[in-house]
Amino acid sequence: MSIAVRFENIVKEFGTVRVLHGVSFELPRGGVYGLLGENGAGKSTLMKILSGYEQPTEGAVFVDGEARVFNNSRAAEAAGIVLIHQEFNLAEDLTIAQNIFLGHEKKRGWWLDDAAMRTETARVLAQVGLDKNPDMPVRHLIVAEKQLVEIAKALARNARLLIMDEPTASLTPGETEALFRLMGRLHEAGVTIVYISHKLDEVERTTNEVIVMRDGRFVTRRPTAELTRREMANLMVGRELSDLYPPKDPSPAPSSAGAMPRLKVVGMTVPGWAQDVGFEVMPGEILGFAGLVGAGRTELFEGLLGLRPHSVERIELDGHEIRIRNPREAVAQGLTYLSEDRKGKGLHVGFGLRENLTLMALEHYAKPWLRPGDEMRALQTAVKDFGIRTGSLDIRASSLSGGNQQKLALAKVLHPKPKVIVLDEPTRGVDVGAKRDIYFLIQRLAREGHGVIVVSSELMELVGLCHRVAVMRAGRLEAMVDAQHLTEEELISHATGTKN
Amino acid sequence: MVEGRLERARSFGSWLHGVGPVVGLALLCVAGTLLNSDFASLDNAMNVLTRTAFIGIIAVGMCFVIISGGIDLSVGSMAALIAGLVILLMNTMAGWMDQPILVVAIGMAFSVVLGAAFGLAHGLLITRGRIEPFIVTLGTLGIFRAYLTYFSNGGAITLDDSLSDVYSPVYYTSLAGVPIPVWVFLLVAIAGGVILNRTAFGRYVQAIGSNEQVARYAAVDVDKIKVLTYALLGACVGIATLLYVPRLGSSSPTTGLLWELEAIAAVIVGGTALKGGAGSIAGTVVGAILLSVISNILNLTSIISVYLNAAVQGFVIITVAFLQRRK
Ligand SMILES: Nc1ncnc2c1ncn2[C@@H]1O[C@H](COP(=O)(O)OP(=O)(O)OP(=O)(O)O)[C@@H](O)[C@H]1O
Ligand SMILES: [Mg+2]
Repeated sequence: MSIAVRFENIVKEFGTVRVLHGVSFELPRGGVYGLLGENGAGKSTLMKILSGYEQPTEGAVFVDGEARVFNNSRAAEAAGIVLIHQEFNLAEDLTIAQNIFLGHEKKRGWWLDDAAMRTETARVLAQVGLDKNPDMPVRHLIVAEKQLVEIAKALARNARLLIMDEPTASLTPGETEALFRLMGRLHEAGVTIVYISHKLDEVERTTNEVIVMRDGRFVTRRPTAELTRREMANLMVGRELSDLYPPKDPSPAPSSAGAMPRLKVVGMTVPGWAQDVGFEVMPGEILGFAGLVGAGRTELFEGLLGLRPHSVERIELDGHEIRIRNPREAVAQGLTYLSEDRKGKGLHVGFGLRENLTLMALEHYAKPWLRPGDEMRALQTAVKDFGIRTGSLDIRASSLSGGNQQKLALAKVLHPKPKVIVLDEPTRGVDVGAKRDIYFLIQRLAREGHGVIVVSSELMELVGLCHRVAVMRAGRLEAMVDAQHLTEEELISHATGTKN
Repeated sequence: MVEGRLERARSFGSWLHGVGPVVGLALLCVAGTLLNSDFASLDNAMNVLTRTAFIGIIAVGMCFVIISGGIDLSVGSMAALIAGLVILLMNTMAGWMDQPILVVAIGMAFSVVLGAAFGLAHGLLITRGRIEPFIVTLGTLGIFRAYLTYFSNGGAITLDDSLSDVYSPVYYTSLAGVPIPVWVFLLVAIAGGVILNRTAFGRYVQAIGSNEQVARYAAVDVDKIKVLTYALLGACVGIATLLYVPRLGSSSPTTGLLWELEAIAAVIVGGTALKGGAGSIAGTVVGAILLSVISNILNLTSIISVYLNAAVQGFVIITVAFLQRRK
């Protein structure tokens, strides 16, 4: 049933840039392997080679001892090797069932066998714990649900070696648990699993063995049980990492003590998603937003920016009432938003890095003619400030590794120098070292007097970083947890409504 | 070191991609020269460029619309209607006042304003009305031409002789050996290139065509930019028309027939993707010239029947698209 794989001296070059430098290691059958490495280490590239999406420049892949060349993903899937992508590959206008069987449609004679595909889709959706109609267009799903569809799609292919590239990056704890149970069942059924994640606690829980890559090279492999998370992190970055979170600054004085909030929102309603939500952020404060998938956090802020129909009683910025009808007005007033959906809403992946960085602040570079030289200097600064790792500045955003795209997206929304920033899943897909950089950056922004709102599904992150955390449940603001009471258990109990 | 090499490799790749149409044009010119010695003459070159000017100017505007992810099928009908209305206006005004130069100047200005207004209407229907650009402009394609036919009673609307004498130099005069339409074409193309590549508006147009959702989240005023692209194209149609009117001095139901397809073809041959996102004005200009060089060669030589003109253009369009396809 299961299969074993061996990489031998895999080299991969894009143009003249070498991203894999002769990687060799083995994946014996039936194991659950954690593949670790910093952003840009080459994890996704290596797995794309295994699953037929990319061809190695040199070297060979052996499957069950036989050298195999997969010219495309179909060939790999035929051999039982299935990759769940870090970035989604779903046709937005097709239904869930159509997406799951895209390119592998079931037929009866000349006709599509819709009934069979629907039944099979319902089965795999139940396995991943997604309660949706197979006929629903993917467009209507939120990010986490799309991720579950990707996983269901892999299940429908009957994988014997399943590669998951950061599958939990957009999942909340409940869904993550369901995924782990599923992985357990697959493991028992003999499926070999490769699990790529920057969430080391998950790697610790789910894998038997970790394999570490750095700068396109194999570094080491160890049984998971022998390692602590700290040691994993140190192996990845190749040096000793100090604390992940910056020391917390004291909470700024609340408005009840007479201070002026940076941003105050009263009575915000986004039909179908959020009812009558109000909150405020003080200058220098980091305010977290926790909640389960579908709690309406992202939609609340998309409404605030004018991207969804909404009604609001009052929005105040630095004590002045403002109106926000679209993102343009929001930027003009000093409010920007980092979307959780990097590929669909955050970055122009087909554009260069420079054009992405300056898009929200283009008027600074158009006087009246654009100045590519100034833009380039801004890019150089941003690459340094945000630690964006790339061989060249003259590439498309799509060529950056996932984590580095996230850093670019972050640099982009900070480029117009906002007063208040809303960061929706700011560390999604980012490696530990870079996560730490982003946390320190968020703290720096708060110290400079910005109001910072962090929406995150990683409770650890909210507890480690925020002064206060708002918990949403089913569209309502369930609780506002202050610094003294901030624990993961407290947040979960509010988010699930089990607090009494 | 590696960076330098990569950059050079990349720029060589995009350079090759960009010069594809130029190479095609050069080959055509070599072929033309071999087939007929008149082809390489300055006179003929100016003749070809003058004929290219109408489609070329429209294609520059079309380039913006296509890069933003839109399309405009109505430009040929729009040109015919503008020409008819402008001639009617000038004829009427000539009855009131005795200053033909002023009348012609007003007519020329009216032409551009009318074009921009039509474009504005397209843009508003597409953005505010949320109707697909293909549908909107397919509708106005019929509407514009039908109104021209109605105003002309199925015949031609003709410019008064007194005005014609004043107006015709706009088409027939040369400055420094280059006909005025070619100068205007050049200016429009340069302005288009600068706007597309060196202004915020141009960047936004590319951003919208590349991914509208991302552009919206990045605080780009998507609707406004889209409306502006259609208005810009309308103005280009107006400019092309004001150069076209003095050529024949009339407008009829066959004026500007199939110009929309020629303009779109010029843009696509020039390397702009029909799905939007990226494109080039220089390529568009080369594309427009390339298409009219083909008909010029067929006119000058007798190897292939002139009746096959459209067929040869079609083959060239497909060939160029084939050479430019991305892996
Ligand atoms: N198509 C491409 N063209 C040029 N460079 C590329 C391309 N694809 C990937 N790269 C480069 O290869 C390197 C490895 O990328 P890869 O996506 O494999 O990293 P990763 O380990 O998966 O990182 P992350 O944790 O951020 O997802 C990066 O430096 C990236 O910029
Ligand atoms: Mg990756």
